[in-house]
Amino acid sequence: MSDLNKLTIAQGRDKLRAGEITSVELTQACLTEIEGAGALNAFVHNTPEIALEQAKAADQRIKAGEAPDMCGIPLGIKDLFCTKAVPSQAASAILEGFKPEYESTITQQLWDAGSVMLGKLNMDEFAMGSSNETSTYGNAINPWRRGNDAAALTPGGSSGGSAAAVAADLCLAATGTDTGGSIRQPAAFTGITGIKPTYGRCSRWGVVAFASSLDQAGPMTKDVRDAAIMLEAMCGHDAKDSTSVDLAVPNFEAALTGDIRGKKIGIPKEYRMDGMPTEIAKLWDDGAEMLRDAGAEVVDISLPHTKYALPAYYVIAPAEASSNLARYDGVRFGHRAKLAQGDGITEMYEKTRAEGFGPEVQRRIMVGTYVLSAGFYDAYYNRARRVRTLIKKDFEDVFAAGVDAILTPATPSSAFGLGEMKDADPVKMYLNDVFTVTVNLAGLPGIAVPTGTDKQGLPLGLQLIGRPWEEGELLNTAYVLEQSAGFVAKPAKWW
Amino acid sequence: MSIDTETAARVAKLARIKVEEEALPALAAEFNTILGFIEELNEVDVDGVEPMTSVTPMRLKRRVDEVTDGNQQDKILANAPDAREGFFAVPKVVE
Repeated sequence: MSDLNKLTIAQGRDKLRAGEITSVELTQACLTEIEGAGALNAFVHNTPEIALEQAKAADQRIKAGEAPDMCGIPLGIKDLFCTKAVPSQAASAILEGFKPEYESTITQQLWDAGSVMLGKLNMDEFAMGSSNETSTYGNAINPWRRGNDAAALTPGGSSGGSAAAVAADLCLAATGTDTGGSIRQPAAFTGITGIKPTYGRCSRWGVVAFASSLDQAGPMTKDVRDAAIMLEAMCGHDAKDSTSVDLAVPNFEAALTGDIRGKKIGIPKEYRMDGMPTEIAKLWDDGAEMLRDAGAEVVDISLPHTKYALPAYYVIAPAEASSNLARYDGVRFGHRAKLAQGDGITEMYEKTRAEGFGPEVQRRIMVGTYVLSAGFYDAYYNRARRVRTLIKKDFEDVFAAGVDAILTPATPSSAFGLGEMKDADPVKMYLNDVFTVTVNLAGLPGIAVPTGTDKQGLPLGLQLIGRPWEEGELLNTAYVLEQSAGFVAKPAKWW
Repeated sequence: MSIDTETAARVAKLARIKVEEEALPALAAEFNTILGFIEELNEVDVDGVEPMTSVTPMRLKRRVDEVTDGNQQDKILANAPDAREGFFAVPKVVE
């Protein structure tokens, strides 16, 4: 059987269980595909030996019966996850050569479930970016193109390698992480599905920290069913992460009933930004219509503090980053600068960090340092945290009024060209997260689902935002949207 | 509030990132763009609003205060750029 790499997790699982294919065959198909896809620069550290070993073990488990859903499924892992004895660099030069002596909780859970690691995936450095252009590995490339135009497009960021790999069928699914939209924006740019669960659902242990109060991991998959299956394997309480919640993990796949009759879907008026492209506006209206046709009640809602989400985020995230990234000092791991005669420890820190961090990471560390510095802490950091309280309250108010989920666009545009934002000021790039960042600030689950294409043939996605801990219901609404939209387009293979 | 090159240099120093003298004006300009954007927060009435400390209304879990891990010196030093005799080695700190 050919094209095994194109299978979804659910299809792979069923074929593995039926004995139609083996995990070794499935894994081999992906490894071959990865080898031929160097042009996408999605996989940056390949682990074929580990993959084949895990695949053999998975095949034995499947043969013995009672293998979990994810058993034998080949995955790509974002470089932000620490994987034992395998390079884990967060796409930064400062972690050059770093091979963790431990495994992140999430990847350990996936391996325990029998999944197969194909390798590590490209991303923006320390997950800071919206285009995968800040990576020490170079740009990841979107498998989608504007018609016959060969211009390279961004797969989005920060989980750009994950998005490109899933969209190009190099793996069945991938892990991503999302601090301000880093799962949902690249998913939308590449026509795949990505869910960021409620803050606390997935353990952050062993995931290189960017902004700890916002970071959440999640799956990036070919469809909503796969997102449900893989999310379930990633969730769960972990004593090693004090913010991980001790709640039972439901069977998310079982929640996909396709029945959303009577559900109330909110359309927030503040998300209808000035100058919103008509294609995005139409996509959004069409999505609302699909949910209405499925029996949901669509209502207009207001989230009055939406406008302040991005500025609040660009105080809180850099502040937390400046603290988290203080650990990269050239002492315990990673890069250390060559010192000149007479250099002391301060010079070592300063040179190491100047050499090891790229410009965007340096910029954010310094902005964070500034907003936390004496005299500005109240004016910037505490004010941003107060605004964050108000943003969360906006959501609480609409949920209290009976809204079950909120529908918005996932991104303000389709994928843009690599290098197109080079001369723009940093704030311009930050606007990519305008629809997604509120969800991180409020700790809510959010999912991006592809529902259409623009006039250039590029995928566009919608976002659904759910109540805290109600990922099952959110996935079900997303499932209805997916079924109604019937998005099946795939990028034409050029790589 | 506008950031001058002196402030930019001070922030870089606090962040322990070496920034060359000639790069400071551009850095200050970038800070000003970002801070200008952040200034929008001043429009919000935050009187009586508590700063958020935890996005999920939960109490952090506690555990018994006991040693649960340890005795892995080799693993801890394995990634160090310079480790000697069971220690991290750094340039001389005290005169």
